[in-house]
Amino acid sequence: MSLSGKTSIVGAYEHPGRDLPDRSAAQIHAEVALGALADAGLGLQDVDGYFCNGQLGFGAISLAEYIGLKHLRYTDSTFTGGSSYLCHVGHAAIAVASGKCRIALVTQGARVRGIVRGPKLPSDTPEYAFEAPYGETNIGIYALAAQRHMHEYGTTARQLAEVKAAAAYHAQFNPNALLRKPVTVEEVLSSPLVADPLHRLDCCVITDGGGAVIVTSSEVAADLKRRSVKVLGHAEAIKHTMSGRLDVTYTAAVWSGPAAFEEASVTPADIDYASIYDSFTITVLMTLEDLGFCKKGQGGAFVADGALRIGGRLPVNTDGGGLCNNHPGYQGGMIKIIEAVRQLRGEARPEVQVKNCELALAHGTGGGISRLCSATLILARGDA
Amino acid sequence: MSGAQLPVPPPLVIPETKPFWDGTKAGRLVLPRCLRCSFVIWYPRQFCPECGHTPVEWFEASGHGSIYSFTIVRRGEGAYRDTPQYVLAFVELQEGPRVMTNLIDCNPAQLRIGEPVRAVFCDAGDSAALLRFRPLIPR
Repeated sequence: MSLSGKTSIVGAYEHPGRDLPDRSAAQIHAEVALGALADAGLGLQDVDGYFCNGQLGFGAISLAEYIGLKHLRYTDSTFTGGSSYLCHVGHAAIAVASGKCRIALVTQGARVRGIVRGPKLPSDTPEYAFEAPYGETNIGIYALAAQRHMHEYGTTARQLAEVKAAAAYHAQFNPNALLRKPVTVEEVLSSPLVADPLHRLDCCVITDGGGAVIVTSSEVAADLKRRSVKVLGHAEAIKHTMSGRLDVTYTAAVWSGPAAFEEASVTPADIDYASIYDSFTITVLMTLEDLGFCKKGQGGAFVADGALRIGGRLPVNTDGGGLCNNHPGYQGGMIKIIEAVRQLRGEARPEVQVKNCELALAHGTGGGISRLCSATLILARGDA
Repeated sequence: MSGAQLPVPPPLVIPETKPFWDGTKAGRLVLPRCLRCSFVIWYPRQFCPECGHTPVEWFEASGHGSIYSFTIVRRGEGAYRDTPQYVLAFVELQEGPRVMTNLIDCNPAQLRIGEPVRAVFCDAGDSAALLRFRPLIPR
């Protein structure tokens, strides 16, 4: 059974805040829920499916209570790090298409700025004893991937830096972006190394905030006032160290990408706009290769000539991305979906709106590069 | 960068992985191998995640390998918060697995992917030593 086009995103809301010391994470969940429902022209009483990452309180139950969701027939608190929300939209599409719920709400809310991040994992996580004692850090893992990618394919730090420069170019037009100042390739290269070859400016921002989206059937969507966005394809995949035979030069997008394109019956060449997960610059470069926007190993050359900027071959992260705009709670997937929705509705900032944007891809990466989930959504402009 | 400067956080040793950690304590690299398909398993488990077979046998590996990738981390976290810099790496063991580790007793600027390295064991409390590596040919 193909789900292609049967469901639509009808509401989307990104919290305008990036530094929210006076809010609780639950409050942020509620604010974005109400924002997305208002955007869709719906209310709390309409929601019968709820999706969140389950990190706050008792799975989805605490937040269902707090937000005031009283008619839930379906919940899912899948946690795959930053890709969670792309999984949620896919799972919501399946639930709606099979009649398990009618109006599905997906929320993200996070408060992390100024709070020292504790251990990423509980000590009884099976891999923990074999990695944590060596000073494993998230950027360290991505640096290991970047170093190996450079070794195998000749990728350069300058090519990686262009990914940041493109994001910063877009961010100057986003009044809510955490970092709005344009940045040159040279400025990225002269920022301090955090883990060779990655510099401080190769890393995403750390923000509070979040966002929400509403998924419903395309029939219901047709009755709502706002322009909807059709869910044409969804796929997710997990890649890990493969019993110790890991290869850090590719992500699970090599599997999620083709599956999502197949479900949507489109190809990478058809995509007008792409939201690509950008925890680090190397994440974007490898993901573009893995999704098939260029050949494996050609990511550096692909990005180097400005392809990712508005007007380029494949405009990417026109909100400024996680590198400049927003990466709430160390998880950027929700924001990736929301900017794709804006582009397809024609509601991106005028300076970065892709003309006649009909088909978009949103991609999330959760975890580290040695073990991760890749989740891909293919979205299309729907009815006004 | 000498090994003596690096933190040695004691890993959590559980019955399943004790044969590995007992090996490190004795200065030996002891790995599990599937009794059916002969796959050398990493990280240590008492079943084979390749073919599903149980049990495994434990054997002494060579302790030789090569650098698969490495990075100089300049902003450590947790136990490494006060370590100015250290080399985080994946080393490919001669027996197949690629393991996360630190490279020590080396000049980080001279390290090269593919360079041969050999195991060293850094004491980490009563029940384990950390498996680290140093260049086979000192420079």
